[in-house]
Amino acid sequence: MPKDQGIGASSKRREDVRFLTGKGQYTDDINRPGQTYAYFLRSNVAHGKINGIDTSAAASAPGVVGIFTAKDLEAAGGVPCGWQVTDKHGEPMKEPKHPILAEGKVCHVGDPIAAVIAESLNQARDAAELIDLDIEELPPVIDMRAAISGGPTVHDEAPDNICFDWDFIADNKEAVDQAIAGAHHVTTLTLTNNRLVANAVEPRCAIGEYDAARDEHTLYTTSQNPHVIRLLMGAFVLSIPEHKLRVVAPDVGGGFGSKIYHYAEEAFVTWAAKAVGRPIKWTADRSESFMSDAQGRDHQTKVELALDENGKFLALRCETLANMGAYLSTFAPCVPTYLHGTLLSGNYTTPVIHTNVKAVFTNTVPVDAYRGAGRPEATFQLERTIDKAAREMGIDPVELRKRNFIAPDAFPYQTPVAVQYDTGNYGATMDKAVAMADLDSYAARKTASEAKGKRRGLGIASYIEACGIAPSSLVGALGARAGLYEAATVRVNPTGNVAVMTGSHSHGQGHETTFAQVVAEMLGCDEANVDIVHGDTAKIPFGMGTYGSRSIAVGGSAIVRSVEKIIEKGKKIAAHLMEAAEADVTFADGQFSVAGTDKSVDWGTVALTAYVPHNFPHETLEPGLEETSFYDPANFTYPAGAYICEVEVDADTGKVDIASFVAADDFGNVINPMIVEGQVHGGLTQGLGQALLENCVYDENGQLVSASLMDYAMPRADDMPSFGVDHSCQTPCTHNPLGVKGCGEAGAIGSPPALVNAVVDALSDLGVTHIDMPVSPGRVWAAIQAAQN
Amino acid sequence: MYSFDYVKPGSIDEAVAALQAEDAQALGGGQTLIPTLRQRLAQPSVLVDLGGCLDAGVASQDGGCRIGGGATHASVAASADAPKWLRAVADGIGDPQVRNRGTIGGSLANNDPASDYPAAVLGSGAEISTNARTIAADDYFQGMFETALNEGEIITGVTFPKLEAANYQKFDQPASRFALVGVFVGKGAGGVRVAVTGASESGVHRWADAEAALAGNFSTDAVPGAPSADGVISDLHGSAEYRAHLVAVLTRRAVAAAG
Repeated sequence: MPKDQGIGASSKRREDVRFLTGKGQYTDDINRPGQTYAYFLRSNVAHGKINGIDTSAAASAPGVVGIFTAKDLEAAGGVPCGWQVTDKHGEPMKEPKHPILAEGKVCHVGDPIAAVIAESLNQARDAAELIDLDIEELPPVIDMRAAISGGPTVHDEAPDNICFDWDFIADNKEAVDQAIAGAHHVTTLTLTNNRLVANAVEPRCAIGEYDAARDEHTLYTTSQNPHVIRLLMGAFVLSIPEHKLRVVAPDVGGGFGSKIYHYAEEAFVTWAAKAVGRPIKWTADRSESFMSDAQGRDHQTKVELALDENGKFLALRCETLANMGAYLSTFAPCVPTYLHGTLLSGNYTTPVIHTNVKAVFTNTVPVDAYRGAGRPEATFQLERTIDKAAREMGIDPVELRKRNFIAPDAFPYQTPVAVQYDTGNYGATMDKAVAMADLDSYAARKTASEAKGKRRGLGIASYIEACGIAPSSLVGALGARAGLYEAATVRVNPTGNVAVMTGSHSHGQGHETTFAQVVAEMLGCDEANVDIVHGDTAKIPFGMGTYGSRSIAVGGSAIVRSVEKIIEKGKKIAAHLMEAAEADVTFADGQFSVAGTDKSVDWGTVALTAYVPHNFPHETLEPGLEETSFYDPANFTYPAGAYICEVEVDADTGKVDIASFVAADDFGNVINPMIVEGQVHGGLTQGLGQALLENCVYDENGQLVSASLMDYAMPRADDMPSFGVDHSCQTPCTHNPLGVKGCGEAGAIGSPPALVNAVVDALSDLGVTHIDMPVSPGRVWAAIQAAQN
Repeated sequence: MYSFDYVKPGSIDEAVAALQAEDAQALGGGQTLIPTLRQRLAQPSVLVDLGGCLDAGVASQDGGCRIGGGATHASVAASADAPKWLRAVADGIGDPQVRNRGTIGGSLANNDPASDYPAAVLGSGAEISTNARTIAADDYFQGMFETALNEGEIITGVTFPKLEAANYQKFDQPASRFALVGVFVGKGAGGVRVAVTGASESGVHRWADAEAALAGNFSTDAVPGAPSADGVISDLHGSAEYRAHLVAVLTRRAVAAAG
């Protein structure tokens, strides 16, 4: 009988009541008294020198409150980068200034040049059209290979356009070179991980407000981590003391990474609200989102995998060019390095691994973490290459993976790429996926497809990810300029209900439901008695926010620690009430009892007494029932799984249809199976969207060709199959109190190689060995033509 | 969008008069025009909403049908008075929101090089009625977004002939779901017509080689190989060669489906 509440129950998402009835409160729903509107005039060329900006005509346009350019912001800092990578020569990465408004030059289409504040958005746009820009176009550099081969320079600080040249792990290089040189078989694959646009349903929005009487700033913004924005913007950009700066991230309609970062528009409206003495709202339209939200992926990689005659992996070498775009976004440098290089061991026992990553500046929109961030790139490289190796060596792709899986008794497993996996059972998820996919009857399905004139293909992929992004000590050693713990305050009100203030931020994940389940389970109370508060630096403790599938593993653990402290405090109060020794008091099912007696007091009595402490021994027992914890784990968590995809390919048109897709994931313990299933569905859809449809394309002039949803193909419901999802293979995390691993990114990490492997399988007898993503009809058809000619 | 005036005339004559104003713009269902206005890519002085004066009905006529210029795609798709092949075309346009707002007159006046109705009109040999005259399909389509309409001329209806066999095959552009390539094959009293949308830099056009081949042998075997890729659209969704290849594939499929 499934539980109807607490840990393990598929509790309905309480937040959906407001989301589905139009009662959500998103940033753009907020309007402040006297509010004005900002419009950013953005560059329409990819690279250019600003010779002049004449705002005189615009300044006298109707409704204009103020017009600002870089010279007005000379006292402000640039938008900072939160992660420093040291290159193979021991030099810090090149870190050109990222000004709030363009200073002297523009570096990508969409780079903001001037901002107009007006009484209405239309008036701001009208006035912006009157600004006379004198921009001398410079030759842009868009292609990464051109950028590092003498192409035009984006920033003078990096004349060769290389931000950093990174070796990982440098000491492994010789061993890898030797192993590859002497191997029985080496599989080589060159591939591209296509650039993506996050396209959250809710575009970015920011409202700046300044209270002159209190000298206090407030920023309402679409953010996954309001405290991070407060710290970065307050300390590094605008020099506003944190106690004078409040950042509110209310309901947020999807982030997928793109709302982690501190953006120029946030700093601008915060600064300008004081300058004009009125609140300022800016809301991106979809076109602006395409050219100003940090984009994802965009890696080009050569992979070489050495195998012995039995298919055992001997060594792996990867050489990657990673596109940074025109400026370093907040976490951009860590994506191709520590979120990518550390995952190249995958689920396998490969003894030596070496990777080189060159991060490259180009005249394109900045690139940063997008659902999975580095781990999808690593997984795609590994799983495509393993699939190619299996075909080249005539070994079944499931069997080849199993021969190389880390054995279930080998944990904790130290990889050759720095991280140590705590637990896992990769054979179990693979067996589960094989069973779910009913591979025994695959041949019959293939025959049936052929009868319809379609080619059927089968694709296998395993994945592992390092998520629950933390611990501070590890990320600090790897270059993070911040800690990565999480904070939670649990406040028990006098009548016994509970408010949880969490540093995690929900932008669709369902935290208000899941976290309440954890607290209700621990306190033996009804979930409805637990309220989850997040997204406002004035209400919550200093927390690091939500990304990297970290909320339950890190944020949930912080809540657990606080509830544990609450229970301990409750025992003290109960001991006082029952005149018993504290050590004899136990807590279960909402009752404090004295062991071995029939004495007990209920939760409500303890809670009320905490706030009505008429006869407390104040020297040993404080009033109140509220506790805060900062949880910093010992390690990442390592979700893993196996995915199997079947496709039907229409060779006449190149159209790929996903016939079936099964996912067997090991997320450790699961709090809410329904929410986990939804997260997997979303992740799979984003991963399959990347593999099948999505592509962010610039032309040689740096114009964004796929600049709207008419050309950037988002996955729709009818592009997707009915997913088979399972998370019954559970190896609980060994180092956090809930034994949880995180589930938000898994689907986006494991699904792209499963789909591409299936398409290549369908076409392999024609000679097709690889197709880059997205495997669009035109590309599939061209690959068939190329293979046959 | 920029500011503009808005009028909704109650008669065709009033609409024609309203469209005489400088930079006046007719508004059908607005499925192209409104997004264009929102992006500030057009700045009309006045929008003349034709929704108050155009016939929006669908009526069977001589084995074919007559469709009012204001008929939405959804109403055509749902009408028992329209032939099945035409209902299928209308039902494949855009999404439900587009089909419930967009009109046949608006679609034909815009003549997007990747839209569906132009292929059906040209491929069936339909006639386009305006406030001033009747225009044969062969004379109407004159290139990408170009038509025989004069300034201020309003499409009042479209007359589709009876066809013995007809089918439209559309291959979706994955993002917009306009036709990456669409082919309409119609066989009627006037012979076999093959109209192609989505492929040519000059917009919807007839594929003469296929028509000639199919005239004597209306079967998939008769469909020629891919036409020349010269002048065929090439973009991030498909090369010219790929689109040309699709023209032949979709023509075969349309012939097969037309029966």
